[in-house]
Amino acid sequence: MGIRIALAGNPNCGKTTMFNDLTGANQYVGNWPGVTVEKKEGKYTKDKEVVITDLPGIYSLSPYSPEEIVARDYLLDGGPDAVINLVDATNLERNLYLTSQILNLGVPVVLALNMMDLVEKNGDKIDVDGLSKQLGCPVVPTSALRGRGMEDVVNAAIEAAKAKKVPESQMKFDAVVEEAIAKIEGILGSKVSSSTSRWYAIKLFEGEQKTIDDLKLSASELKAIDEVRDAIENKLDDDAESIVTSERYNAISHVIDKTVKRSRTGLTTSQKIDRVVTNRWLGLPIFIAIMFFVYWLAVTVGTGPVTDWANDGISGDGYLYTGQAAYEEAEGEYEDAQGVVEAYVTSIYGMDEARDVPSDESQEVLDALAVAEPEDDADEDAVAEYEDAQATVKDFEEKAEAEKAVAAIEVEDEDGVTAEEEVDFDAYKEAVEVAEPDPADYGLWIPGLGAIIADAMESADVAPWLQSLVNDGIVAGVGAVIGFIPQMIILFLLLGILELCGYMSRVAFIMDRVFRKFGLSGKSFIPMLIASGCGVPAVMATKTIENEMDRRMTIMTTTMIPCGAKMPIIALVFGALATGNSDDTWWVAPLFYFMGVVAIIISGIMLKKTKLFAGEATPFVMELPEYHMPTVKSVLLSMWERVKGYIIKAGTIIFLSTIVIWFLMNFGDAGDGFGLLDADAPDYMDYSLMAGLGNLLAWIFAPLGFDNWQAAATTITGLVAKENVVATVGIITQLSSYGESDPALWLGFGQMIGGGAAAISAFCAFNLLCAPCFAAMGTIRQQQASAKWFWITIGYLCGFAWCVGLMIYQFVGLATGEVGFSFWTIIAIAVAAAMLFQIFRPMPKHKDEQTK
Amino acid sequence: MAEDQAKTLRDVKIGDTATVRRLTGEGALKRHIMDMGITKGVEVYVRKVAPLGDPIEVTVRGYELSLRKSEAESILVN
Repeated sequence: MGIRIALAGNPNCGKTTMFNDLTGANQYVGNWPGVTVEKKEGKYTKDKEVVITDLPGIYSLSPYSPEEIVARDYLLDGGPDAVINLVDATNLERNLYLTSQILNLGVPVVLALNMMDLVEKNGDKIDVDGLSKQLGCPVVPTSALRGRGMEDVVNAAIEAAKAKKVPESQMKFDAVVEEAIAKIEGILGSKVSSSTSRWYAIKLFEGEQKTIDDLKLSASELKAIDEVRDAIENKLDDDAESIVTSERYNAISHVIDKTVKRSRTGLTTSQKIDRVVTNRWLGLPIFIAIMFFVYWLAVTVGTGPVTDWANDGISGDGYLYTGQAAYEEAEGEYEDAQGVVEAYVTSIYGMDEARDVPSDESQEVLDALAVAEPEDDADEDAVAEYEDAQATVKDFEEKAEAEKAVAAIEVEDEDGVTAEEEVDFDAYKEAVEVAEPDPADYGLWIPGLGAIIADAMESADVAPWLQSLVNDGIVAGVGAVIGFIPQMIILFLLLGILELCGYMSRVAFIMDRVFRKFGLSGKSFIPMLIASGCGVPAVMATKTIENEMDRRMTIMTTTMIPCGAKMPIIALVFGALATGNSDDTWWVAPLFYFMGVVAIIISGIMLKKTKLFAGEATPFVMELPEYHMPTVKSVLLSMWERVKGYIIKAGTIIFLSTIVIWFLMNFGDAGDGFGLLDADAPDYMDYSLMAGLGNLLAWIFAPLGFDNWQAAATTITGLVAKENVVATVGIITQLSSYGESDPALWLGFGQMIGGGAAAISAFCAFNLLCAPCFAAMGTIRQQQASAKWFWITIGYLCGFAWCVGLMIYQFVGLATGEVGFSFWTIIAIAVAAAMLFQIFRPMPKHKDEQTK
Repeated sequence: MAEDQAKTLRDVKIGDTATVRRLTGEGALKRHIMDMGITKGVEVYVRKVAPLGDPIEVTVRGYELSLRKSEAESILVN
């Protein structure tokens, strides 16, 4: 038979460190049934028969927070064979308050007097034996940080569990109160076991509804208890709950007077640190400096070289480990040469002025130049294609030579000064000869998993649809998950340190005033900061917010901040609106950032007043724990716990979703029956299932100004990754070789939307505010830990985005004359009025939710 | 004594100590304040106010506790 030991204690008393020490890597983290409170279990490293449950950190067993209810139900309903109650010996008075309640539960208890080394260092003395006598249970001094006394505690707990020795505490209340409790014990009789009768009697004296409901007492019994309570309340001029709490603390003071000798005077180390860190004037600058550092490491470094490596080196083509500078230079030369070739070709065959791209004739020559000589002569199709291309090139070159054509090209020198340079036929020939550099020639090049898999399948003659599925679907999808991992590791190492050392509570202390105005917690700042880099780690970072409603609200709103992947969308829209004149519209990019922040504030204020988030304002009565140096092991374990959760849960959702999107994009009927579409055909997407789906959904976006399948399909592919929005615009407009900063794509995009500035802005606003990418949605699902809340989040994001898009299109369109006054204008006005009403109306009362 | 009747923790100046007389309010918030050790008769030292003016930090029963000014209002002191 195994022994179950529960680990109970206040937050910040070293419980996590102790749990990690006792269980090592044998931990399983889950949630308690029905709530998002973390449930951690692990096997004792020295005896696998002993299972240790880490209860949530709590200050009391009052049934108010989900943490308290979970811990209390577990302890009362015969969960553990023994309880190790970990207390912070440097803060004994408050820590023993929970102890005084646990001692009443009728379960064997061992008190672990943690941080004893610090007590000694402070010059204080605790009489361990005396304390043990007073509390009526074994007391073991420990130091979880140094791993001292761990074995002794567990051995004492195992012994207590085997002996089933229930604590016999000497802690007594005032005689009048004791008398009342004895009376209630008498009324209870044999309804509860003798070891728990004191617990139930105290709870009934307090008049706690939960206990009254659980015990199902008769009306006469309840009346008798009420009489006892009323008599005392009148006598002491206070309510029963206050009386019991005061009595507990009085009893503790009494115990401490007998067993603790204090010699400490003046400020503690933590108080000295806080004199600077939460100082009225220095607090904010220090906070900003720390946040800047976290952001810089997690977002700039994390998304920079490390994520590049993960994206290219693992799931992409490969990664060049050395000689990058030389390769980049060669690549630059190659690009310059390509520019020369394009300029020369278009000088003869012309440009497509309307779309600002090479004319069809020019493009034909450019495409022909790009055809490589086939390696295998037996491949007849390839040989024929190459010969055709060579003929096209030859025709062009003969014409060019005969005309002695000279093209003008703008060249930028090192100082950024542009000058016109002439390109003649010889310069063209020279440029054509510049070969595309192969990174493998420049240093240590290790091909990525994606490239290796692709090559392997190619040589094994795997069916094309399977190749496409693996490469474009699975590798791309899994790659998206892997790409975030390095960033998450860095972020969670940093957050782990901030949390474990005690600074996170100070963050809440400093930022509370700003955030509580719109229903968020001071700790919401960190997820929102991270979100400007990436929504996935941002949603994960909400883990540090203890309050459930604050956490859910932060998860719902944090992805409204434009993340790094949304930057290309903004750049594209910016270009499309500017249409070449960027001086007049410089304000567009900052505007969309600002929009994200405003959206969060508005959402916070509106959601706070809904029934979902109804109830009393979250109390902010919070301990500012002493600063501690976290152990490497604790930081690593907390990081690994979170990263592992992300890989498993988000990974499966992203994986399936990308396959679905891949199927929609690559399958369809191009006239020769349903099947895999030829991705080389320029307009293949027109025939795909995605186009069909886009058509089905286009009506939703009609009031927003973009009612064609292209815009709808672009939005859907944006769900895989927001980068895909620009890529899909490229594919649909057949301008995929142009980036988001190229005027050609701006023009194509404007034409694709088929509207003016109002429609383009609405499209952008919708795409920035609607449901985030699958990776972030997977993380949201995991963090909300409830299907209902997941759909509420996604539904709210999409609905809110639609409303904002509608208002932008209707109001901006009306102002610029782009749209006339219509039915939808009235709807937009109604939406705006509803939002304003929700923002400015007073906090509504939800009577049915208030039980107490 | 009328003004003394209404004096709350919010009115205590930074650097001053006050003795808790009674808690007004009810439900989870009141219980939580009591659980954290603010009970009748305990001495509370108001240490500082946050950089943005709210919440405040107090020392009670030998540890640091932060609470909002609105919550401090429900604590009557002498």
